[in-house]
Amino acid sequence: MISMDRTIVLCRADLFITFVKAVKSSFMLSIAGKFFLFLGSLFVRRETFKVYWDRFIDECIKIGTNSVFIVAIVAVFIGAVTCVQIYANLVSPFIPNYIVSNVVRDMVLLELSSTFMCVVLAGKVGSNIAGELGTMRITEQIDALEVMGINSASYLVLPKLLAAVVTFPLLAILSDFLGIGGGYLAGTLTGILTPEEYIYGIRFSFVPYNIIIAIVKAFVFGFLIATISSYKGFYTRGGALEVGMSSTAAVTNSCIAILIADYLLAELLT
Amino acid sequence: MIEIKNISKSFNGRQVLHDISGTFEKGKTSLVIGASGTGKSVLLKCMLDLIKPEEGQVLYDGRRFLLQEEKDKKDIRREMGVLFQGGALFDSKTVEENVRFPLDMLTDMPENEKRDRVEFCLHRVGLDGTGKRMPSEISGGMKKRVGIARAIVMNPKYLFCDEPNSGLDPLTAIKIDELIKEITDEYQITTVVITHDMNSVLSIGEYIMFLYQGKKIWEGDSQSIMKTHIKELDEFVFSNHALRQLRDGH
Repeated sequence: MISMDRTIVLCRADLFITFVKAVKSSFMLSIAGKFFLFLGSLFVRRETFKVYWDRFIDECIKIGTNSVFIVAIVAVFIGAVTCVQIYANLVSPFIPNYIVSNVVRDMVLLELSSTFMCVVLAGKVGSNIAGELGTMRITEQIDALEVMGINSASYLVLPKLLAAVVTFPLLAILSDFLGIGGGYLAGTLTGILTPEEYIYGIRFSFVPYNIIIAIVKAFVFGFLIATISSYKGFYTRGGALEVGMSSTAAVTNSCIAILIADYLLAELLT
Repeated sequence: MIEIKNISKSFNGRQVLHDISGTFEKGKTSLVIGASGTGKSVLLKCMLDLIKPEEGQVLYDGRRFLLQEEKDKKDIRREMGVLFQGGALFDSKTVEENVRFPLDMLTDMPENEKRDRVEFCLHRVGLDGTGKRMPSEISGGMKKRVGIARAIVMNPKYLFCDEPNSGLDPLTAIKIDELIKEITDEYQITTVVITHDMNSVLSIGEYIMFLYQGKKIWEGDSQSIMKTHIKELDEFVFSNHALRQLRDGH
């Protein structure tokens, strides 16, 4: 009798878990559906080319030019720290010094200049986009656009998306140079290795394809940050508190998406 | 003329608007009044197609707005001007750029004509010389005026104002009301004002629709509203102690 009762309880628990999973997956599906519909809405009822061009230039300045300083600081220091750490961990009479700069180069190209830089930019650009669109939503500025017959999603988000996918790869290239330069400064100024050793290590067994990987990654991450943050900001409801929550959600979701995409791209491209 | 027919809307199973019908005539300032949360703003958003009603129709001079193709809707939208509650000015643009925005987006007007039109509209709302200022640098009343200037810049046939004097001092509120009335008379616009301000009701209301818990329970003009004996409307109209005393003859 007790065993039968236990079986019934277990069956009910199983049913409950299945139900919860079904609800969760349908909820996730509805969010994914809404996200893809949002992306689709960017390309219907478009405005004239001139309107988009002007907005695109503005967004390139906001997303790209205004991020140069933070990218430069992060890249130089990450390159420098990587150089110092690799030297500290690889020190051995069997390993030549130029291997330090060789590893710095590949780490900067493959991970630091794209993934790490984009995680930092998710904080700066992502929160900015979500905050801006969220504020526009709660202050009825988006309604004002809709009332004029303007596709607000397309007018506001498409230039941001285009600016992100154009400027992020450029920022990644800048970050590549500055990261390697940061390693050079740290390595040579602290006496870890000579300038000649550093340059030799940079050029040793160089694979140009790694630059393509960095650019592709930055392109994909730019797309993810711009779309996820715009989606979060565009559908903000409520007041100032909800705008803050949207900005936080935009940054965390963008970071998670970047890390997942990073793994998938690593599998696909290498 | 704007006609609304049998508009119903609910959110998450809660009925917000019940079968609302009414006619807002050309050249008249029509008011939709009621306490907070009675569905006034939802009704306005249904009329503007910012919210889809479950049932009902909105007709702009006989044109069924909600059933139109997107392209035809855009044509009707060009004939609308909307003043939002907080002004809804674009923060990144100057006052002048805000007013000229609809001209840039919706017309091929030459540059000098645009400039003249913006100047005229800013002059019409009493804001000469403020064109270069940012929305963050002007007062609440001025923001409403800029909102009105932007709403009339396209020479609209229909003007909608969502609580135009909320958050304003009584004097500025009256000035904004008067400005809306003057513009309506001058350009023979069909104007719909959403408000719960009794000063507006008494001074500019030519046609008044009273909503209570999502239902239209009265319609009339500013004279007849004072003589009504509907309990809910009476409570709304005479919620002010001074007006109650006036009614009771003190």
